[in-house]
Parts: sequence; structure tokens; C-alpha cells
Amino acid sequence: MTLLELARGPVLTVALLVFFLGTAWRLWAVFRRPRKPDYSAPRSSDTVGGGLRAIWQRMLPRSAYERIGMTGTINAYAYHIGIAVIVFAFAPHIGFIERLTGLSWAALPDWVTYIATAFAIVGLVFALATRLTDDVQRLLSNFDDYFTWIVTMLPIVTGMALIEQTYVPATPMVAPATPDPILLAVHLLSLELLLIWFPFGKLAHAVLVFVSRYRTGVEFTRKGAAL
Amino acid sequence: MNELDAKHPLDFDAPRFSIKKPVVRSDAQGELSDAERVDRAMKAFARDMNSTTAAYLESCVHCGHCAQACHFYVTSQDARYTPIWKVEPFKQAWKREAGPFAWLTRTFDLKPAVTADELREWQELLYDSCTMCGRCSMVCPMGIDIAALVGLARHAMFEAGLVPHELWAVAERAEREGSPLGATPKVLKERIEWLEDEHEVEIPLDKPKAEVLMTLSSIGIMKYPSSLTALAKVMKHAGYDWTLRSDGYEATNFGMLSGNLAWQKALSLRLINAAIACEAKLLVLPECGHAYGALRWQGANLYGKPLPFEVLHISEFLARAMREGRLRTRRPTASLTYHDPCQVSRRGGATGAAREVFAGLKADLREMPNGGDANWCCGGGGGVVTLHRADEHRRRAFAIKMKQVVESGAEKAVTSCENCRLSFDDGQAHYHWDRKMGSLLDLVAEHLDEAGTGPA
Repeated sequence: MTLLELARGPVLTVALLVFFLGTAWRLWAVFRRPRKPDYSAPRSSDTVGGGLRAIWQRMLPRSAYERIGMTGTINAYAYHIGIAVIVFAFAPHIGFIERLTGLSWAALPDWVTYIATAFAIVGLVFALATRLTDDVQRLLSNFDDYFTWIVTMLPIVTGMALIEQTYVPATPMVAPATPDPILLAVHLLSLELLLIWFPFGKLAHAVLVFVSRYRTGVEFTRKGAAL
Repeated sequence: MNELDAKHPLDFDAPRFSIKKPVVRSDAQGELSDAERVDRAMKAFARDMNSTTAAYLESCVHCGHCAQACHFYVTSQDARYTPIWKVEPFKQAWKREAGPFAWLTRTFDLKPAVTADELREWQELLYDSCTMCGRCSMVCPMGIDIAALVGLARHAMFEAGLVPHELWAVAERAEREGSPLGATPKVLKERIEWLEDEHEVEIPLDKPKAEVLMTLSSIGIMKYPSSLTALAKVMKHAGYDWTLRSDGYEATNFGMLSGNLAWQKALSLRLINAAIACEAKLLVLPECGHAYGALRWQGANLYGKPLPFEVLHISEFLARAMREGRLRTRRPTASLTYHDPCQVSRRGGATGAAREVFAGLKADLREMPNGGDANWCCGGGGGVVTLHRADEHRRRAFAIKMKQVVESGAEKAVTSCENCRLSFDDGQAHYHWDRKMGSLLDLVAEHLDEAGTGPA
């Protein structure tokens, strides 16, 4: 079995299993904990609406709080959107998702992805620089923060090595023209590392953010407090 | 007097309650080994690991935004005062003992185990450096209610016997005598008799039945007795059937602030049982921020079922009386600004009540910059004002508050929390500031239009 076959076959299967089962397990660890009933008389009963509003409202810093974290937030938007474009709008990646799920959609032009990649890389480098130089972030940081940074950056870097490679998406009649198999295997393996790490580290904030924001939204709305 | 009181006698003649020699002392309770302290703390952490807490403890991305919202960090620039860092032992306990990958965390020591030395170090972060004002909770992009986590982490500190002494002592005294400041039923009765004589007001005590049970803060009884007179004037003017009860008048809850759930419950049950005994339909909490959080939002949960009466903060009560046309008032001549008590406004959801009172008074209200829900804390909430070793730290944080008050451009400032007033009085004396923090209740009482010509 070649390295590419390995990356496309058993390692991918294992990575996806760990990703889905691990994330489910991590969420289960939260949901299985007891929830005591709240007997206080609520000021508002629209707690579901409040939870959803909290998910939305925490997307941006607010002026009443001196727009705390504005630079970090703009930067986070830069690399989150950049990564989203790379994953979901780049033709080869859509092809990859289609092979896995059968779902596909129109890709954006390659140059858009290249710009998104630039945003993602600059944003991630800036985030790391801040983490290393800001007293607060440095104190809070641990292995998870730095390892997560590496596993996020790796697929981008290994993917960039493939940019000059020919790529022809598969059609029912034509087999895809694949790039250098070693480079592609390394790229796939780096993605698989990210998928495997996802449930264990801070990448899981991608799902946990909805839980914690929602819970706070529910509790604050119950009290009639601002979100 | 208990053993710790004898070692550190409470000084009631000081401008604020304190112990006489606070600088050099041991802030530990009980004769416990380090292992026992850690064991007790871990059990308390485990008890508080409910589903919402778990979501919070799992979600932090270490962005550090919360630091910029904290007056203790902003005025010290010391990263240790980053709010989420204050609950690091709680996070360690969760990750190692109950988290989704606890076995991995323990096996590879990904999070260190909580130690007694660490808890001792964190005592300053969890008590001296956090008022649980909740500004951090508002800016967290992950929506983590950090202030709530600090409140829960204090449970573990109490169980470990690692509470700052003054706070432990006032909490213990509150549980033992019914009041943290010695405002016992006998003292209350004497105060009432004195105030009734001095101000020719009627202050009903221990009526067997009343529609409204008013409660007090011992800070008010001992430090701001005019609040009782103001209360009596307002209640008479509004025509309420009300009473105070000697079996349930003290609304401050130092059990909650110190982290002792049992004491918190005992103190809350006194109020609840007193209201039930006099068949009150409404219990009104005094000008005290944490009293509101303790009874309005936590009281029923400690009682184990919904309370058979309504609970309002005095600012909400005044707003309702204004709304119902029960209060005929005159317009204050001076422009005013309002200091929002964190536990009433941001944490309690009653931000609008005081504004409704100002509107009813037709007062010239000038909001502070970033006022209302985003308001900066006075620095003394959460029991911090009781801790002398935190004085320097707290007063630095108070500088933000002074700036906010001045920038409002108002001639006078009022609040609806006697603990905040205590912080202001201390800050005023320390900085020789020419401002005085007044009371919303006093303001209304002073502007009652007894002749009946003003707007109702």
C-alpha cells in the first residue's frame, strides 16, 4: 500500500471516526452532567430566543465595552473566513468532500482561494505572535494552544506545496489527474492529524461555542439581563 | 466568641468592618492537612460541575479578552488577574477528574493536579481580586459566565478552609448571630426606637401579618441608618401595609460571598420563613447588590421550590410605586448620575428600574460613559471591601469609577447598594475626593411631595 493509498484509505477512515466520535463524546461529557431545575421566577420566558440571540451577539465586540478585543476579533475573522474559503470553496476540496459525501457545489475561482490562504496564514501568524508576546495570552496558553496552531497551519502549508500541481477534477468519464502522490499524501495526512486532534483540543470550540453562548443566553434572558 | 474571632477581633468602630491587624495573619480555617484541604476542595468542585459549568470549563480558547474587562487587571496590568485565570484550579479539577478525556489528562499530566499551595495562592485571585461583577462574562466571545465560575470556585475554597479571614469571620458571625455586623434583633429594635423618636416616623416591627416584608442590610442598619427612616417615609407616603421582622430582616448574605452554601441557605431561609410567617405577598430587598442575587435568583433554588411570594429589589419596588402613582414627588434640583450595582443591573436584570425612578422624579439623569449594563464595578463587591489586604488593589480599581463619575458631568451621584456606598466612602476618604455617593431610596424620600402638589 502506497503512502497515498494509506492516507486515502485506513488513515482517513480512522481520522473521520475519531473526529465524529470524539466530538460527540466531548459534547456528551457536557450534556450528561446534571441540570438542576431553576425555581426562581423568570423575568422573561423567551429563553430559547435569548440563547440564540446570545450566539449571534457574541460575534462582535460591543462599543459599551470599549470594543474589547477588537484587533484579535478582526484577526480571528480573517483566518476563520480564510480557512472556510480554503476548505469549502476550493475546487479540489469540493471534489474531496463530494467523494466522501456525494455533496458538491460550485467552487470559487482559484485566485480567491489564494487570497483567502494569504489571510489565513497572516492571521494565524499574527495570532501566534500575539500569543507569544501578550502577557495575558502567554499565561493562559498551554500545549493545546501551540499544538492546535501547528495542526491548523500544517494542512495550509502542505496544501500550498500542491498549488503548482496539475489538478483535473474527476468526472464520470475521466479519472482525476492527481498531483505528486507523496505531496498529496502528506497534505492528506496533515488534514487527518487535524481531524484526529479536533475533539481533544481547542479546535472543538467550533461546536462548543454554540453550547456555552446558548447556555449563558438562556440564563441571562431568564434574569432579564443584557446579553 | 469563637476561636478565630479571638485571634482576630472584629473592629466595629472602624469606618468599615474590619479586623484590627489584617496584614500578618493566616488565612486558613480549621486544623486540616494539605491532603484534606485538597480533597474537600475537589469534592466541592465536583458538586458544582453541572452541565452549564461543564460547557464553560470546556470552552475557553485562551483569547484573554476578559482581562480588558476586569478593573483589577486594567489597573494593575498583571496577567494573573485575568478573570478566566482565576478559575484555573476549577478547570484543572474538571479536566483531570470529570472532563471527557480525564483519563488522558491524568495519564499524560496534561493539566497539573490541584494542590493546597495552589489553592492558597489562588485565594487572593478568587477573593481579593474578583467582585464577581460580571463584566468579563459580557465580553467573552465564547459566552463563558466567568463570574458565575468564580462564585462556584469559592465553594471549594470554603470547603478547603481557605477563605480570607475577614470574610470568613463576618460570614460566620452572620450565620451565628443573624447579622455580619452585629445588627442583632436587639440592636435592630434599639435602632428602630431611636429612629422613630429622632425622626418621628413609624417603623413597624414584627407585625403578625403584612402585605410587604421589607428587609434590610446590616450595612444600612449600622452605617447608614437614615436608610431606615427613608424607607419608613416612603412606605407611609405610598400607603403600603408593611413590616420588618426580627426573625428575618438581614438580607446581606456573606454565606454566599464566602462560598459556604450551607450558611447561604440558612441566611436565605430566615428571610423566606419570615415572609411566609407574616403571609407577605411581596418581599423587598434593600439597597444591596448581592442580596438581590442571593434571594431573587438563588433563593428559590435553595428553598427547593418556587417562593410563595414575589421578590423585588428596592429600586424595582420604587419604580413600581411610581408606576402605580403611589408616590408624589418633587423634581431634584441637582443633576444626577447613577452607579449601577453590578448584581442588580448587569447580573440581576433590573437595570431599567432605577431609570424608571429617575424618570418618575423627572430628574436630570446624566449617564456615565459605558454606564448601565456595562458599568464599571465600584471595586468593593463580592466581599472585597471587607478585605484589608486588598485595599491598595481595590482603591486602584476605584480610580476607574471616580473617572466615570466625573465624566458623567452630574452634580450628584446615587446608587442603590450600600456595599457600593461603603466602597465609595472609603475611596472618597483615601483620595480626598470631593464627591459623595448617595442613595436612590434617600433621594426619593427627600423628594416626596407631602403637600401633594407634585407629579404623581
